[in-house]
Amino acid sequence: MKLLDSRYGGLLLLAAGLLLLPWLAGNAYLLDVANRIAINAIIAVGLNLLIGYAGQISLGHAGFLGLGAYASAILCGSYDWPAWLALLSAAAGVALLAFLVARPILRLKGHYLAMATLGLGMIVSLVLSNESALTGGPDGMAVPGLVLFGWEPQGERAWYWIFATLLLLAIWLAQNLIDSPLGRALRAVHGSEVAARVAGVDTTACKVQVFVISAVFAAIAGSLSAHYTGFVTPGQASFLHSVELVTMVVIGGMASTYGAVLGAALMTLLPQLLSGLEDYEMLVFGLILMVSMIVLPQGLLPGLRGWLQTRRAA
Amino acid sequence: MKRISLTLSVLLGLGLTAATQAAEPIRIGSVLSVSGPAAFLGDPELKTLQLYVERLNAAGGLLGRPLELVHYDDAGEAAKANTFVKRLIASDKVDVILGGTTTGATMAAVPLVEKAQLPFISFAGAVVIVDPVKPWVFKTPHTDRMACEKVFADMHKRGLLRVALLSETSGFGKSGHDQCVDVAPAQGVSIVVDETYGAKDTDMSAQLTKVRGSDAQAVLVFGLGQSPAIVTKNYRQLGIELPLYQSHGVASKEFLALAGAAAEGVRLPSPALLVADKLADSDPQKAVVTGYTAAYTQKFGGEVSTFGGYAYDGLMLWADAVKRAGSVEADKVRAALEATRGYVGASGVVNMSPSDHMGLDASAFRMLEVRDGGWTLVD
Amino acid sequence: MSAEMQFLVSGLTIGAIYALAALGFTLIYNASGVINFAQGEFIMIGGMLTAVLSGLGLPLWLALVLAVAGAALVGMLLQRLALDRARGAPVVSLVIITIGASIFLRGLAQLLWGKQFRPLPAFSGEQPLHLLGATLVPQTLWVMGVSALLMLALGLFFSRTLSGKAVLATAINAAAARLSGIDTRSVLLACFALSAALGAIGGALIAPITAASYEMGLMLGIKGFVAAVLGGLGVSAGAVAGGLLLGVAETLAAGYLSSAYKDAVAFALIFVVLFFLPNGLFGQRASERV
Repeated sequence: MKLLDSRYGGLLLLAAGLLLLPWLAGNAYLLDVANRIAINAIIAVGLNLLIGYAGQISLGHAGFLGLGAYASAILCGSYDWPAWLALLSAAAGVALLAFLVARPILRLKGHYLAMATLGLGMIVSLVLSNESALTGGPDGMAVPGLVLFGWEPQGERAWYWIFATLLLLAIWLAQNLIDSPLGRALRAVHGSEVAARVAGVDTTACKVQVFVISAVFAAIAGSLSAHYTGFVTPGQASFLHSVELVTMVVIGGMASTYGAVLGAALMTLLPQLLSGLEDYEMLVFGLILMVSMIVLPQGLLPGLRGWLQTRRAA
Repeated sequence: MKRISLTLSVLLGLGLTAATQAAEPIRIGSVLSVSGPAAFLGDPELKTLQLYVERLNAAGGLLGRPLELVHYDDAGEAAKANTFVKRLIASDKVDVILGGTTTGATMAAVPLVEKAQLPFISFAGAVVIVDPVKPWVFKTPHTDRMACEKVFADMHKRGLLRVALLSETSGFGKSGHDQCVDVAPAQGVSIVVDETYGAKDTDMSAQLTKVRGSDAQAVLVFGLGQSPAIVTKNYRQLGIELPLYQSHGVASKEFLALAGAAAEGVRLPSPALLVADKLADSDPQKAVVTGYTAAYTQKFGGEVSTFGGYAYDGLMLWADAVKRAGSVEADKVRAALEATRGYVGASGVVNMSPSDHMGLDASAFRMLEVRDGGWTLVD
Repeated sequence: MSAEMQFLVSGLTIGAIYALAALGFTLIYNASGVINFAQGEFIMIGGMLTAVLSGLGLPLWLALVLAVAGAALVGMLLQRLALDRARGAPVVSLVIITIGASIFLRGLAQLLWGKQFRPLPAFSGEQPLHLLGATLVPQTLWVMGVSALLMLALGLFFSRTLSGKAVLATAINAAAARLSGIDTRSVLLACFALSAALGAIGGALIAPITAASYEMGLMLGIKGFVAAVLGGLGVSAGAVAGGLLLGVAETLAAGYLSSAYKDAVAFALIFVVLFFLPNGLFGQRASERV
């Protein structure tokens, strides 16, 4: 656990784990689960910057994910754009949107901010399901495969390497950001915004930057997952999905990048592990969520770390 | 961290390989929306599959092998359906996949089954599933397009040529809306009011007030679940006297219970299943639908719905094809499915062909009217 | 004229339910600072339990009383067994607990009462009444009347009774309230029971109009939250105004703009209100403690 605290130790450990995983989980389904964990983890790592470090809750991040996914679906599927251009445009478009709405939204505090992001996400998902001429409506639309300069990843294994690499990249970026002046300013904002402002930090600018970054993480993950799944539906942009993303961050442990990864893994694995329970699935899932937050209110990773430390001390 | 992911993957692996010991059963995979907003569709579908897999096994299985149903719940989310279909193909190694309760879940599964070359029979409505035809994809319910045609033909017969269309913003309603708008001119009717409502809306008076102020001669509601019942109630409360039509999406006893007296006089297209007891003895479907109704109500109580009938047809069409193919090899079953002729099911008589992977024609729909709190055949 | 009246009546009816849900949010938020995502499930329990019990042959009033009591009990259990045990946890963690509770309760309802919709007969017949060119069913009057009475009673409770003042004191400053001898844990418990009861009454009132199902709380809960924020989180009068405003805005949007985008109109309204009034319609501009 000590390794996790050093800057690159955790990253190396995770990279080693990611390298080994395909030999342990050989079949396409297990790799698919791994891929979905990675997709969610990338989003959660980005969202954690906003929730854990800037202390701002977003209940609309699935909207950014949905925009990324649909941008790739529409631009590649209906307008024959190359995949990389669609992906970059999606990321740039979402960044612009996030930037434009960030100022008025981030002026708000606490639950008003959550509300405004919820509204944004809702509007996105309504547009996606209503503009059926463009988006295929509530039933969604097919997305062509990802072709990058003539190369097309075939099968879960090829995709696994893409997602694993991106996840490591996302973590590396996030950690650099946390250690940067922006990260320090953010932590100051989280501690006491007024104090930070008095100390000369442009608090709104900090929050806007981190909001845009986390939105772009979601958009890129959305865009790639659309190519990977071959299909998009408005459900990906839904409020419930936004809540799920926030839950990943909080249950893993706020302000902990690896916590976000762990939370994403847990929230993705649970429905798969519980699928045999049939009608009891929701019941057990809700119970696990409640109990883990009651037992480890700071989240899984900080909780486990604390437990290990007290055991070592004893 | 590594140890955790190791343990989890081991756990996951164990859970998946535990059930592969028995004497080579034929494995039927299914992904249905047993929970979530489409649960009222997926629930009877799953019950029907479980009931009839049990009955087929009691009768000695197929080709001398027992059947095993591997089932996952997608909770109405297409992304989950996609993962579960991968699981069925890669981990459970099933011989056929039944289901896809919703069109979204079905379309999310289509690229996977096409690539894996596995027979796939959907229980979802939209016409896009089988048009254009995809080699491995079949479906059992009538298309929304046929429902529109049936309703408009009935309106035309009654001289009702200006129609107000009120459709739900769900996948079912949206697809139904598009198909109705598309076929209206050919059926000689024009849509003069085109309104929508959300599946979870609690009051549709606003939309109906607009209908009341228009020159429409009849109203068609295209939706699923409880909201068409709310529309029906609002309709009567506002005192609108125009003939009211619903889609096959409300073809269940539940609609009558929810709408109560307001449902009186409502017309809708429906498979024969709903009026099993009212069919003429000469009707080819009589034996099948009364048999299914008896078996289902005996086991689960309650009422049969046409949605369970779609699942019955899916399983039985596949079983029929396996018997004719004498094998569960994917390409042989696929060919046999495509060659299905004269299969009599709960939803109609099925005649498949390489260009038609649904195989139902307009005769499969009956026009019903609600009278005295029950269904009456009107054509 | 009749169209406008119709929209207004429909909007106020659904708005009253939003207002009850919003009041539930407000009560719990005031007492604990937590946004209770399980609020919608209280509505569901109220509607479902009333429908189930009256389906068993119980008289309507008894079914209703039992359903409301049942919901209140669930509310208290949620407070004691879950939130109270995580005292001192970050507020976000508490919010996640309520999300878990909401999933758990939906799962339980689905298991106990099935997935089908359950009808509930209207409290006093279905014969529509006509008022200034609008048509309304008697149930509409029940919804509006009972909601108005509840809001009035709640207002009196806070301004006239000692218990009500104890709740307010806890909301303003829990530590100071404890010092002046208020048992803040009991106050919290009472707030959960009260807010669950409010939600449950709303659910039972709306069930004859929409039918009850285990998923009915989801959308009503979100709308209630929107209404609470719109009115200014933590202000009871704001919650009521927010709920009614949201209901009317939705119906007007469906009537005059686009029925497909009526929900979007509601959320766009939030943007506009928050843009000009960052603390909602009635929220005070709180000075931040540093």
